[in-house]
Amino acid sequence: MTLTAEPTPTTAVATHCPYCALQCGMTISPEAEVAPRQFPTNAGGLCQKGWTAPALLNSPARLTRPLIRTGGELRPASWDAALDLVANRLREIQTAHGLDAVAVFGGGGLTNEKSYLLGKFARVALGTSQIDYNGRFCMSSAAAAGMKAFGLDRGLPFPLTDLATADAIVLVGANPAETMPPFVQHLGGAKAKGGLVVVDPRCTPTAEQANLHLAPAPGTDLALALGILHAVVADGLLNQSYVDSRTAGFDAVWRIAAAYWPERVERITGVSAADQRRVAALLAAARNAYVLTARGAEQHATGVDTVSAWINLALALGLPGREGAGYGCLTGQGNGQGGREHGQKADQLPGYRKIADPAAREHVAGVWGVPAESLPGPGRSAYELLDALGTEQGPKALLVFGSNVVVSAPRAAHVADRLSALDFLVTADLVLSETSALADVVFPVTQWAEEDGTMTNLEGRILLRRKAVDPPPGVRTDLDVLAGLATRLGQPANRFPVHAETVFTELRAASAGGPADYSGISYDRLRVGEALYWPVPGEGHPGTPRMFLDVFAHPDGRARFVPVEHTGPAEPPDAEFPLQATTGRVLQHYQSGAQTRLVKELTDAIGEAYVEVHPDTAARAGLADGDWARVVSRRGEVAARVRCVSSIRQDVVFLPFHFPGEQRANLLTNPALDPTSRMPEFKVCAVRLTTKDGAS
Amino acid sequence: MSPRKVVVLGYGMAAARLADEIRRRDPDGERVTVTVVGDEPHHAYNRVLLSAVVGGSMRPDTVRLHDEEWAARHGIDLRRGVAAERIDRDTRTVQLADGSAVPYDALVLATGSRPWLPPVDGLCTEDGQLAEGAVAFRTMADCERILEAARIGAPVAVLGGGLLGLEAARGLAGRGNLVTVVHPMGHIMERQLDPAAGRVLARTLGGFGIDFRLGRSAAKYMPGDGLKLDDGSHVHADLVVVSAGVRPETELAAGAGLAVDRGVLVDDALRTSDGRIYAIGDCAQHPGTVSGLVQPAFEQADVLADLLTGADTAARYRGTSVVTRLKARGIDLAALGEAQTETGDDGTEVLCFDDPARGRYAKLVLRDDRVAGAIVLGLPDAAATITQLYDRGVPAPSDRLALLLGRALPTGAPTAASPADLPAAAVVCRCNSVSKGQLVDAWRAGASSVAELASATRASTGCGSCKDAVCGIAEWLASTA
Repeated sequence: MTLTAEPTPTTAVATHCPYCALQCGMTISPEAEVAPRQFPTNAGGLCQKGWTAPALLNSPARLTRPLIRTGGELRPASWDAALDLVANRLREIQTAHGLDAVAVFGGGGLTNEKSYLLGKFARVALGTSQIDYNGRFCMSSAAAAGMKAFGLDRGLPFPLTDLATADAIVLVGANPAETMPPFVQHLGGAKAKGGLVVVDPRCTPTAEQANLHLAPAPGTDLALALGILHAVVADGLLNQSYVDSRTAGFDAVWRIAAAYWPERVERITGVSAADQRRVAALLAAARNAYVLTARGAEQHATGVDTVSAWINLALALGLPGREGAGYGCLTGQGNGQGGREHGQKADQLPGYRKIADPAAREHVAGVWGVPAESLPGPGRSAYELLDALGTEQGPKALLVFGSNVVVSAPRAAHVADRLSALDFLVTADLVLSETSALADVVFPVTQWAEEDGTMTNLEGRILLRRKAVDPPPGVRTDLDVLAGLATRLGQPANRFPVHAETVFTELRAASAGGPADYSGISYDRLRVGEALYWPVPGEGHPGTPRMFLDVFAHPDGRARFVPVEHTGPAEPPDAEFPLQATTGRVLQHYQSGAQTRLVKELTDAIGEAYVEVHPDTAARAGLADGDWARVVSRRGEVAARVRCVSSIRQDVVFLPFHFPGEQRANLLTNPALDPTSRMPEFKVCAVRLTTKDGAS
Repeated sequence: MSPRKVVVLGYGMAAARLADEIRRRDPDGERVTVTVVGDEPHHAYNRVLLSAVVGGSMRPDTVRLHDEEWAARHGIDLRRGVAAERIDRDTRTVQLADGSAVPYDALVLATGSRPWLPPVDGLCTEDGQLAEGAVAFRTMADCERILEAARIGAPVAVLGGGLLGLEAARGLAGRGNLVTVVHPMGHIMERQLDPAAGRVLARTLGGFGIDFRLGRSAAKYMPGDGLKLDDGSHVHADLVVVSAGVRPETELAAGAGLAVDRGVLVDDALRTSDGRIYAIGDCAQHPGTVSGLVQPAFEQADVLADLLTGADTAARYRGTSVVTRLKARGIDLAALGEAQTETGDDGTEVLCFDDPARGRYAKLVLRDDRVAGAIVLGLPDAAATITQLYDRGVPAPSDRLALLLGRALPTGAPTAASPADLPAAAVVCRCNSVSKGQLVDAWRAGASSVAELASATRASTGCGSCKDAVCGIAEWLASTA
């Protein structure tokens, strides 16, 4: 049964890549072959992940029938049996333990429609406050810092193509040459003018292309921003008229930055005072300059403060809210932007509204046709939710959509323990991911090319991804799963539509008047190729490619400097764990690798975990290039193959986090959370390195 | 239970940091009340930046550590412009110059240091103050006097070629004064530098118009005229800036009978010989550090804030390893640890690079593979790396030359002159994991142009930055066909 309303096309369909937030334009033929197409974000480029994306459409690993755990094993079952079982068990558990005993975990790869309906399902069909998503592990720190500074968060508040005019771009903790390769084309202008600066503890492929690479010690990015800000002021480069006319709060920030003169910051970060001054001068001299952050700045227990520090620098130079300049966050996941706007976050309702705001509750409840007081309040954030699973006060059942938390969450072994402590685990998945392998029921669901849906890319532009091929028989959409469960839980069928465009129409109404206002966007406008950047508050509204040009979103129209102090990593190295581990991505894999590890061409290129280490550090541990090593932290240990890299600091090792089982880098990571964004400290923890058989 | 009364004498960088750190741990004053007594009329300022004020790149207002509302905002009783006259340990009170008395449960001495004035005939008046036209370089008031007296283009003599003297000299030269530094030792910054480094530094500073009279002391000061040196020569100067070192301000402590040596003696809990009285910053003498620098003061303030608020009663100050940085525009100098060690000492490895013409000097002292000392001048990124190794106790990389020179070292691998020299496994297109070997194979299978190579292998279809390399390989293959 085909559940989408539109017929399957017989010619190539213009679509977008299923992976990262760049959402590269591509076409897909009825034979499921892709080719790049000209689209502003990718300008005709595709990386190896994009080129090989169709491999997963017909992969033998695809799930095509629901699975129910029987006698300890997952066995195929009918849709009705699986849906009935899940609805009954959820109801039983809620009856016994209360509504919050059932939790929902979403993902930043889900379409806007799925994100929206998932949030509605949790709040209305389940009545639980316990919903959050893996975006907490992605860009939540930048989102929170953007809110504080500008009153509103949109990853890039300008079209990506604006970067073409830049004389200077500072990339902080961003490695787009691997994470979104076609993006690198937008850096060419700044690079040609000598203005490409990359801040990264490692000499990544992106850093290799930089005119200036700054390599701060992991967990010291905030101090670096303070040092550069100090240099801006000390060298007379402060944009005083902008600070006076468009911002508030500079003095408090300067009182802190005044104590971070570049020589002091050099000692904290390892970045020379001269380089700090050089960046200050470069940015100030540029006619058009940008500061862009990504996970390297954000994935810290001080991630929000770290991003605030870089935004403060951008504000001191007068960049945000000016055409041809600005601050932006490079969102990671495919729908990392839209995913955070439509209500799958513990504290939010659609339209980027606060769930604790009475007016927001009233509006959304009105659209949903339920009383506002029936909506639950804010729930636990992602890691806190996972940490509470199966505990006395915590949820007893969990539904997971679009996330593989066993691999991607911090302190992964503990998260797996928590999942196994649940009474009932349900997932919706394309393939049997490591998380689905632990589930009691698994629903086989469709993916990008098999369904309609919208995505909001890293620029805040809404994209229509149209159905191009039929899903394998037996597979349904996530929307259909939610509708099937909701009706079994007693909801009227029309409250949970299965048709993506119908869901989107409802999303528009729910978002109307909110910060992320989609009310003027329609599938029809997207079908004819309109470039719509939110907010789009009406059908006749052209959208908002560039935000903040006149005013920022705070009531007084001014951007806020936010005073922040450097405190350093939550877990400093010591005699027992003398090295610092940082985690990240490789070009060939996406997130937990659940999809990309099934594509042979990608695993042929990189098929196992490795640890990048300085040759001297490897030698001291008795290891040589190509050996299997063990990396040990207070929380666990990982097996990884040694890659000697002489450009890495001797006290730092790097591990990609895409690999499962004993190769999970997240067995090591520290779940210390940012107080505001609840982002875990993925980017730095203390470890030691030994041989495979060495004493741990 | 009423909060304990903490009284801080002094309102400089150490005291300001202490007050801030206390309020960070006890924001609402539930555990301790804080009284800060400072004899300067204005708010605490960042002394480190005074040379920037002299140099004109910062305004006095910019270097203040606190704004007008700071004390009220944090519930701090701030007494500005009033000196403490006497500590009465029996009654646990401090007598202030305005006649008031402040009781304490815990007293913190953060009285700093005062300039040492060398014995130069005519430099001081009978009451011990500097004579007309001579000024120290220590306080904001000193700065204001310097800025007032040193008209652009006027000749200025700086007495003392140590860290602060050189920073003042560079600042003054930067704003257009003709500066002569008079220094009694054979080379400048002799506490931190070996003679060779001192020579390179003097040469670099000379390039900014600063003259040196080394190995010479001032014998006589003649206001309006200048200095007469001990060799009979004359240094013309409208203004003399005295920066010949500082002495800890210990008068109150000594008067109260506390144990004082060079400074007020403190233990690892920063206690003086009276367990209710503490000392931090320049006035304190702890075996683990030297005075006169801000880093130890900050670290001491952090520890003491932990102790006074009970936030961490096990906190202790174990000393600070000092890294000296000359803060002078256009000069990058770091000196740390046992930098004076010469080659030949047992078990010690000493590397040296001396390039005076380009203003570069690097010396690295290693013991057991670890950085024991270094002087790095004119090689900023190497200085940063070496400092990190020193601070973190990380073994130095086996490639010592790369460490010593940083980016100044030419990169090892030259780019392959011809695609023929590239190994087959070399990745040409990273975005699509395409090696040279795969391009060659595709060529042999019939892809005979860049476009055909791209469509056969996907090379150059990602970010496109390998396009030139793919073209080069195509040309090479065409030429070998």
